[in-house]
Amino acid sequence: MILQMKNIHKSFGGIKSLSEVTINVAEGNIHSLIGPNGAGKTTLINIISGIETADEGEIYFKSVLINKKPPHERAKKGIGRTFQHIDVFGEMSVLENIMVGFYPKKEKSFIKYALNLPDVRKNKKEILEKSKEILNYINLYERRDILAKNLPVGEQRILEIGRALAIEPSLLLLDEPAAGLNMRETRELGKLITKLRDERGITIFLIEHDMDLIMKISDKITVLNFGRVIAEGNPLEIQKNDEVIKAYIGEEE
Amino acid sequence: MAKRDYISLLIFALLILCFPVFVQDNYILTVTIFAAINSLVALGLTILMGYAGQISLGQAGFYGIGAYISAILSLNFGLPVVFSMFLSVIVSALISILLAIPALRLKGHYLAVATLGFGEIIYVILNEWGPGGPSGFGDIPQFSFLGYTMSTLTEYFYLSWFFVGLCMIFSMNLINSMAGKALKSIHDSETASVCIGINVSKLKIKVFVLSAIFASLAGCIYAHFVTFLSPSTFSLHYSILVLMMVIIGGMRSLWGAVVGALIITFLPEALRGFKEYDILVYGIVLTLSLLFLRNGIVPLIEDLFRKKA
Repeated sequence: MILQMKNIHKSFGGIKSLSEVTINVAEGNIHSLIGPNGAGKTTLINIISGIETADEGEIYFKSVLINKKPPHERAKKGIGRTFQHIDVFGEMSVLENIMVGFYPKKEKSFIKYALNLPDVRKNKKEILEKSKEILNYINLYERRDILAKNLPVGEQRILEIGRALAIEPSLLLLDEPAAGLNMRETRELGKLITKLRDERGITIFLIEHDMDLIMKISDKITVLNFGRVIAEGNPLEIQKNDEVIKAYIGEEE
Repeated sequence: MAKRDYISLLIFALLILCFPVFVQDNYILTVTIFAAINSLVALGLTILMGYAGQISLGQAGFYGIGAYISAILSLNFGLPVVFSMFLSVIVSALISILLAIPALRLKGHYLAVATLGFGEIIYVILNEWGPGGPSGFGDIPQFSFLGYTMSTLTEYFYLSWFFVGLCMIFSMNLINSMAGKALKSIHDSETASVCIGINVSKLKIKVFVLSAIFASLAGCIYAHFVTFLSPSTFSLHYSILVLMMVIIGGMRSLWGAVVGALIITFLPEALRGFKEYDILVYGIVLTLSLLFLRNGIVPLIEDLFRKKA
């Protein structure tokens, strides 16, 4: 298990957002988290990446308790993520968006940067090469000099994934990556996600509303409703699960 | 550095070298030296505001600390000026770290008010405990290096603009480096920056310290050039002037700091006829530039050149 969430609780001003959430994400899986709006999915991703803290419960990443670690350290340990509300660095070029992802692991002292010492220059060159590689991988190389804010939504979502790849993650959290994408873009996204798992061995934990996509690419699915896990299994099991059907469509009269 | 950075530095160096040859008016030379000193403070604030997105209204505090410490160390303790300047900058840097750790947890207006408070505290300290109190003190040694004491305006002109050039090179290197990209990313989105592993608070502290170093260095040059210090130079008024330099010159342009400093330093000289109404003209200039020159003067000029080319 690369990621273990044990008994996570979270309330916002008395309203329970998550209760007793326990999910295990196996290494090398595409693990999807689905559920109606307001089920607490984004909150859970925020808790994993460290932007929010759980009121109770434990999170283990590669068997290490990470509850108290600040978000930037979690990222450095290999937890990458994207955002439901796209959060690319709009005023920076597509290439720079990727490059900056390499900065934390290869950070040098400020004085070295100010003096532009040879190792700083060499370091930047390496980062540039690696970033171009990523851009090629996600098919955005042609767009490298455009400001990120000027990209269409679909490409911004892909760019966010590219930026997360720059931190060389072992776990990637995707928060509704297909939101706002058309059918062709969604298909490409699905291919990219499977490619990340198969070629780079990255474990994916994603939230998504697009059921076609979910059913096609997921190894495992967890269903959240009103902050609780109501079902877990492979796509076939989930499709047949009564609780899930109830949560989505409502009960039969 | 990019090619255009080299070109701009070359033009800058030529202008500085030639200026005293053509302009021998003592008055203009003096004002230009003040403009150089102001450029240094403005350059630090440009990086802090324009690139890291943090507001400071306390730059006068570091400017004052730099000036007073170097003056006192050289005057009362007989330290060589180069050494007193060095120590003064180090002390200012340490003080800025102490301020930055709590202050940079604040954002936007709160940070502005916190740094404003810091500036005022320094001002009060200089007033109450500084040598000579509100009326200040003089006889501060002039700048000397390897036994040579500088005394002419031309020498101070070259000295002050040399430091501007030096700090400009450091700043360009920094902005063009990976650290510069990390700073821009913080400006665009702190959450996303944190999620790719950037230690945002540490980076902000570093930039804050850098801006304090530039300001205190400027203070040192001021002290040994003017050889007289009084607290009124380091009041909130100065912090606001620096803010104006940065905004008018262009927040996201390093040269904007220099251009802004030149304009704001020469403006009161041009406005002598207005007497006490000069503050009104300042206000109008700032308002107009905020309304019509959102990005400042230097980016505007760059755009014009680009369109022509």
